Amino acid sequence: MKKVYIKEDVCIGCGLCEVYCRLKHSRSKDLVKAYKKETPRPLSRLRVDESGIVSLSVRCQHCDDAPCIGACLTGALSRDPSTSLVIVDEERCIGCGTCTLVCPLGIPKLDTAQKKMVKCDLCQDEEIPVCVANCPNEALLYAEVEEALT
Amino acid sequence: MVATRKIKYLIIGNSAGGIGAAEAIREVDKAGAITIVSDEPYPTYSRPLISEYLAHPYPVEKMVYRQSDFYEKNKIKTLLGEKVIQVNPDKHTVKLENGTTLVWQKLLLATGGTPIFPEMEGNRLKGVFTFNKLDDARAIDGFLNQYRNRVRAVVIGGGLIGVSVTEALLRRGVEVTVVEMKDWVLNTILDEEAADFEAQALVHAGTNIITGHTAEKINSYLPGEVSGVTLDDGRVLSCQMAIIAIGVQSRLEVVAESGIKINRGIVVDRRMATSAPDIYACGDVAEAFDFVYGVNRLTPVWPNAYEGGRVAGLNMAGKPAKYQGGTAMNALKYFGVYIASAGLVTPPDDSYQTLINRYDGIYRKVIIKKGKLAGLVFAGDIEKSGIVYNLMKDGVDVSSFKEALVADDFGLASLPESIWKDRLESSPPEGVPVITSIEKPEELVIGD
Ligand SMILES: Cc1cc2nc3c(=O)[nH]c(=O)nc-3n(C[C@H](O)[C@H](O)[C@H](O)COP(=O)(O)OP(=O)(O)OC[C@H]3O[C@@H](n4cnc5c(N)ncnc54)[C@H](O)[C@@H]3O)c2cc1C
Ligand code: SF4
Ligand code: SF4
Repeated sequence: MKKVYIKEDVCIGCGLCEVYCRLKHSRSKDLVKAYKKETPRPLSRLRVDESGIVSLSVRCQHCDDAPCIGACLTGALSRDPSTSLVIVDEERCIGCGTCTLVCPLGIPKLDTAQKKMVKCDLCQDEEIPVCVANCPNEALLYAEVEEALT
Repeated sequence: MVATRKIKYLIIGNSAGGIGAAEAIREVDKAGAITIVSDEPYPTYSRPLISEYLAHPYPVEKMVYRQSDFYEKNKIKTLLGEKVIQVNPDKHTVKLENGTTLVWQKLLLATGGTPIFPEMEGNRLKGVFTFNKLDDARAIDGFLNQYRNRVRAVVIGGGLIGVSVTEALLRRGVEVTVVEMKDWVLNTILDEEAADFEAQALVHAGTNIITGHTAEKINSYLPGEVSGVTLDDGRVLSCQMAIIAIGVQSRLEVVAESGIKINRGIVVDRRMATSAPDIYACGDVAEAFDFVYGVNRLTPVWPNAYEGGRVAGLNMAGKPAKYQGGTAMNALKYFGVYIASAGLVTPPDDSYQTLINRYDGIYRKVIIKKGKLAGLVFAGDIEKSGIVYNLMKDGVDVSSFKEALVADDFGLASLPESIWKDRLESSPPEGVPVITSIEKPEELVIGD
């Protein structure tokens, strides 16, 4: 399974990962429009948490023992058998936020306009996630874990 | 009639707890016969969605908790619309209302809860409802469909279920009055300040809220039909329907004479096992370990039912598992107001410390005892509530960074490095090839 790892010691907190993530999830795919004009406002699936000199680019880790799946009130969250990713069925999600409350990283984000939860899917339609591709400091690593180990 | 073939795993209850158990059993035992019995005639559905159903109405297919091939794929036999009337622990049997006796090897009681229905004058009238299952929502829907004019309803009880039905009724154009005995709505899951966010939204949406009073009787002018509700101060609220939502109790009737240890619910250990051999319980019917109180309590919420069911299922299938514990926890979004709470919401005495922050319409509160978290309330923005919830669940000593938990810029980086490192996978295993970029960053499109 593929994962994004963070090298926090080289992350300078520039926030470009967040910018590109939001752009990726905008309809216009235009930076200015995505930030200023689009409604509903496109949301970044990742978050940069900062404190002092520490910056952490945090996204869904697709946990092995994902507590969000068991907590989901509607059955909208599940593990995709082919990619092993934790995915959300937008049709069934009601955006209640129960998954946000049980996630150790507080990741699931509520799109209040659409009344849905949104979360990182590692950019399934891209070669590599846009955050990783556009980090100027190579602070994000994309690695295929099990395959490399076996 | 006695079924001769023994069922390896018999599960009573086809909801969060029962499904959690069945899924866990199938992870360990691919073939052992599983049967799920429920007196509700539907495939497993998300109970909290009954308010969506009533509001729209919402297509039943969107309410299903698992895909339609779930039972077949997992080789689960279902007896839906069948009621269990008695459990016999010694003989390892259960008796169904239709006369059948089923023999089992391992039994799970995931019978959930049932609305508390007070002895009150008028409680049997047409137009009096509870709100706990799909058929309740259907009955209310059918009732509303008879009326052309605006219907008035009194919701007795301002807890989660009362607020849930109120939202649905308002969306159906019903005029609603909520009567709450205590000083504020949602008082078991929210403190006064967070509840006020919700109360304001309710009022804004047109609800009339009466707190500090109870309903004394339901009145009837036309024989058999509701005409109003009389409160304890003599006030009369005229209405055509009354919803009783004063609380839920564990559904214990099947074990009443079984000798299984019961307190307010069925008492279970950390394996979710009851006092009787081979019998497990979970969900709203079970009193399981609460990690905030450190004792067994009822914590009737969906995630705990699923997790308890999962632990029960693993143990039933022979794989030892321990329930880490659950606590009362809820994420709410009624009327577009986002609130999350878990554990204690108001400190019971002054041995607890409370930290609060308010900014930009956001409210954050944590309750701490002896360095450890005992409760949280996040209103307005609930993102990151999970970070705090998990610190509480893991019993982390937060003394050295407690102020950060409610700060405006709270995030993972606010925690000590050892904690966030533990939560983030910050380096791939040795020797794994990593990608950091494709050839070159794409060109940014800026403006028109
Ligand atoms: C309107 C509403 C809103 C809610 N909102 C939330 C929310 O936002 N968040 C949250 O966490 N929780 C919420 N809940 C609570 C949540 O639904 C319950 O905690 C959860 O359903 C408990 O699951 P369970 O498996 O223990 O039992 P239940 O879901 O109660 O299922 C038990 C099943 O067993 C069947 N059964 C019982 N006895 C017998 C018998 N003798 N024979 C055959 N079958 C039997 C019952 O008919 C039922 O189908 C809400 C509940 C309601 C009603
Ligand atoms: S949402 Fe949170 S709990 Fe769920 S898989 Fe992602 S990181 Fe894990
Ligand atoms: S927000 Fe959506 S995915 Fe999360 S628990 Fe609620 S229904 Fe499930």
